[in-house]
Parts: sequence; structure tokens; C-alpha cells
Amino acid sequence: MKPAAVEYLRPGNLGEAITALVGGGDEARVIAGGQSLVALMNLRVAMPALVIDIARLPELIAASEDGDAVTLGACVTHSAIEDGQVPDPSRGLMPHAAASLGYRAIRNRGTIGGSLALADPAAEWPAVLSALDAEAVLHGPDGRRSHRCDGLATGVFETVLRPGEIIAAVRVRKLSGTARWGYVKLCRKAGEFAQALAVAVLDQGTARVVIGAANGPPLLLAAASRQLAQGGDVREAVAADLDAAADRHFGDFERSLHEVAALRAIAQASA
Amino acid sequence: MTALRLELNGRAVADEPPARLTLADYLRERHNLTGTHLGCEHGVCGACTVLVDGAPARACLMLAVACDQRQVTTIEGLAADPVIAVLRDAFHRHHALQCGFCTPAMLIAARDLIVRRRAGSEREIRDGLAGNICRCTGYTNIVAAIAAAAESVKI
Repeated sequence: MKPAAVEYLRPGNLGEAITALVGGGDEARVIAGGQSLVALMNLRVAMPALVIDIARLPELIAASEDGDAVTLGACVTHSAIEDGQVPDPSRGLMPHAAASLGYRAIRNRGTIGGSLALADPAAEWPAVLSALDAEAVLHGPDGRRSHRCDGLATGVFETVLRPGEIIAAVRVRKLSGTARWGYVKLCRKAGEFAQALAVAVLDQGTARVVIGAANGPPLLLAAASRQLAQGGDVREAVAADLDAAADRHFGDFERSLHEVAALRAIAQASA
Repeated sequence: MTALRLELNGRAVADEPPARLTLADYLRERHNLTGTHLGCEHGVCGACTVLVDGAPARACLMLAVACDQRQVTTIEGLAADPVIAVLRDAFHRHHALQCGFCTPAMLIAARDLIVRRRAGSEREIRDGLAGNICRCTGYTNIVAAIAAAAESVKI
């Protein structure tokens, strides 16, 4: 199918984009890489009256690095991360995850901020950035604020973003030289959406194990994270974490996939 | 209507298409560049793959107006490309097409794999081609053709 009639605006800076987004209200959508939005527009699942193209805003495509962290503009593409065109705070986790995301043609246009903002449960970045305990920098009509990527998504395709707010950047703390990580994406064909996705990060005695594709926002496996950090029994802990997530309504097969993915990711991180 | 200036297959184009027009429809309907095929129109089949600023992109997932000030290259614009020439020959020798619908985009995707040195093994080629669907299911010969082309292209 074809998109419904729409107006297109390419503002010159982030302030103009926010003004346009506020003015457009519910009928306006921000477009970055468009790799989900245009598909949804083609299917007429999304029929915005106005799309505001932020993909080329200089402040959103920049990447910078300071002593502790790397800040990636929201419109940095997956392939830029995959190819190491931007600094990597994650000792290889982010480039590895980027390479598993969709197909190269998608990665060339899709953006890290777009993925976070859409909050598709099966997407890679929400889980990876939650495991890295990254922060999103949000700009809106009331100014700028930061929000942890953990908790940024509040549901399926739902986030804490307020009307008129745009994700401007992601700030990821650098892992230490001794950090370890594991990343397991289970799907039937390279590039498909994950059926299960697990990310484990172990750094200087603290650990975060997060699963994605989990019928909602990324899910922190708290007990498993503790056991990974302490070198304890992760198998029981993962089972306990999945039992505790009754609100996710995992079927038996689904639960088994999450369990396998989590245990494999933990094994990678502790190998 | 939104102003659009782009470099299309090496030629400067100035236009004013409706914003709702995807790049794929723009190429096919406004420029008669029908080598860009439309299968699924939601980014899954890969048949509409073109180069935007030299990198593969789904023409069905870009609004034409978002290509303002960009370079767009379709299969027609790659007629004289040396890597495409090797691939075309390899596809011919290995019988790597049946109905041909997926072929233009297969060539563009394969060219990208070779240029980025991601066509070093069957596994790598198959992973790299996962976003291009051949509904004749002729993958064996497509993969063989790309492997042969990758062997003979010196980059």
C-alpha cells in the first residue's frame, strides 16, 4: 500500500523541530531513519498529517566522548555503530548488537534514537542500552532532561516521552577494561526481529542481565544479575526472575526461549 | 509539495513531488526507473534496494522528499559499474535468476557485500543476503554466483 497524504517538514535545528512537534499535536510524528514509521505509513497503520524529519539535524548526528562516557546523537545510524564510525563505550557489545539488527539496508538508515523512541519490545537497542544502564537525553518544550534507558519504555510502543519531547542523544558510560558481556538474539533468520533477546554486562563486581522481546519493556533479571555479579547459581535465579514476571504472560515455549537466551548470555559474560 | 533536489544516477534532478510519495514510487513513476521493484512495501523483501549516498537503502522505506540533497543510484545507474559487471557475468554463468524479480536488488546487495568485504564465505553471503528474498527460492545459485564474483573482484 501507499502512505496517506502527509505534510513534510525538515527543520533546521532541534528547537524548530520541537516547536513543530508541539504545534502538530497528535497528528505530527518525528521521522528519523523512517525504517519503522514509513513501513507503518505504507500499511496505513500510521497516518500522521505531518512528519518532521530530524535525521540530518547536526546536533543529533554528532558523537562525542569524554572521560567517563560516550554520547551518541539520536540519529546516529545502526551501521555507523556497527562499523565503528562512532566511539564505542561498550567494548564491542554495541557494534555486535548493531550488526544483528535487521538488514544492512535498514541499518544504513535506522537510528539508535528512533529505535528507543518507538519502543518495539523486540528491538535490540532498548535492551542493550538498559543492560549498559545508559541515559537518554530528552529535549522538549520545557527544556532538557535525562532519563535512564531502563524505564524509558513503559509498555509496548509506549515511552515516558511527553508531548513535544524528542530523544536527542544517548549517553553510555564506558565499561572498564575488565568488563565482560554476553549477547544472545534468538530468531529464525538473520536480521529478523528477536523471538528472545538477552544481554548480560558484568563490570567490576556489578552485573545487569536484561531480556528483550519480553511482551513489554526490557526486563531486568534482578536475581540473575546478582548471581552473575557474585558468581552464584544463575540457573535458579533466571527461573526465579521469569517466575516473578507473571505480568508478561510468557507461554511455555516463549519462557523457555528467554531462559535459554539469558543463560547463554550469562555464560558468555562469565566465560 | 516539497522541493527536492537530488543527484539521480549522476544527473542533477530538481522536482517537487508530493510528500507521501516513497522513493521507490518516485523512481518508477517519475523517472521510469523500473529496475527498482516493489514487493512487500514494508521493508521485508528487499526488492526495492537502491543506493542512497552510496549505501544500500530500502526505497520503499524512504520518502522521496527525504532524499533532498542526496545521491541516489538505482540498478540502471550501475550499468557501467565494474563490480556489477562481474556480478552480472557471474549471475549469468551460475544461472542465478529465475523470474528475475529480485535480481536488481540482489545485485545491489551483493555489490555492497563485496565492496565491504563481507562475501568471504557462504555463511557470510547468506547472512548478508537475508534481507533480500527470492520467491523462486533460487538461493543456491545466487550464493554461488556471489562467491564466484567475490573471488574475481580485487578490491
